[in-house]
Amino acid sequence: MAEFTLPKNSKIKPGKTISAANGATRKKKFSIYRWEPDSGKNPRLDTYEVNLDNFGPMVLDAMIYIKNEIDSTLTFRRSCREGICGSCAMNIGGTNTLACTKSISEFNGDITIYPLPHMPVVKDLVPDLTNFYKQYASIKPWLQTKTAAPKNTERLQSKEDREKLDGMYECILCASCSTSCPSYWWNSKRYLGPAILLQAYRWIVDSRDEATTERLNKLEDSFSLYRCHTIMNCTNTCPKGLNPAKMIAEIKKLLVSRLT
Amino acid sequence: MNIKLLAPLRILLSASGVVHHWWAQRLTAVVLVPLSLWFVYSLAIMHSADYETVILWLNNLDNCLLMLFFIFSLYYHAMLGLQVVIEDYIESDWHRETLLLLVKIITFLAASAAMIAILYIYGL
Repeated sequence: MAEFTLPKNSKIKPGKTISAANGATRKKKFSIYRWEPDSGKNPRLDTYEVNLDNFGPMVLDAMIYIKNEIDSTLTFRRSCREGICGSCAMNIGGTNTLACTKSISEFNGDITIYPLPHMPVVKDLVPDLTNFYKQYASIKPWLQTKTAAPKNTERLQSKEDREKLDGMYECILCASCSTSCPSYWWNSKRYLGPAILLQAYRWIVDSRDEATTERLNKLEDSFSLYRCHTIMNCTNTCPKGLNPAKMIAEIKKLLVSRLT
Repeated sequence: MNIKLLAPLRILLSASGVVHHWWAQRLTAVVLVPLSLWFVYSLAIMHSADYETVILWLNNLDNCLLMLFFIFSLYYHAMLGLQVVIEDYIESDWHRETLLLLVKIITFLAASAAMIAILYIYGL
């Protein structure tokens, strides 16, 4: 059965509060999920009060400040700080997004930060994405061809065919959409989730790919694709403004239309 | 004959398994919109009717056919919907398969009983 409540050892307890905003006029509280699996203790919510004049405008700037200046044990992934690597995907203010492109000024009150929902946690805000990457590999995200490669030239694509990949090539695989999807929460072992299905469709519509039938066949079972019930959390949450739900609908349409 | 009009039915008949399930769920949903309105309307105009009036109403060929179609779509749609809920929430394979089989048997028996009753009344 699906689990609807957190197991006892996963219940989040209140943690410590650290204020580092003495005399500041622009203050902000960040409540951040903390958990060390090795400690045997329950997760806790630590609160850091900081002076907004000490760092840049984004949530990631605040987190890097907290890690460097207040609490070096705070653990999270980050890399490019410009919304292109997808490393700093986390649940900020109740929505999955990228810490580096989320502006602090968008939030009125305190900001709560949790790891991506319903994923195993390695530490603090670092989720275990092994299954997610395994599912990505399962759709064979590369060009598959049967015909011989053209001599002296690449496999060319018309402007119109290239445009079909718009709205998909921008996906950075941050997993915000998949981890916002209730269907993915319940069935992440068998349901591929919005991010991977968007990638699957990206190869299905690629005019140069010659394994379309095999790709569609692979999705034709009760779980891989059809656990999508158009809840639309994926589209609402995508930090890149993409629409995975539409791509999933396009795959469903293709599966029906190839029967006529 | 317009082939395009028949396409939805062709898919329904030719497809097997999961695509068929997805398509049938949508098709029965669309069909159930007018049929449910008709059914509620019929109940409303007969809310104080006596037994003979209702029997006479069901003895009308149009009403009888619509009723059969309504019952069939309703139970088929219910079965497909329950299947989705079970597949979503029951993780263990044998629990899931057993429940799915039970749902199919129960909805089939219930739909058959209702449809046989309607045909029986029509034959009165």
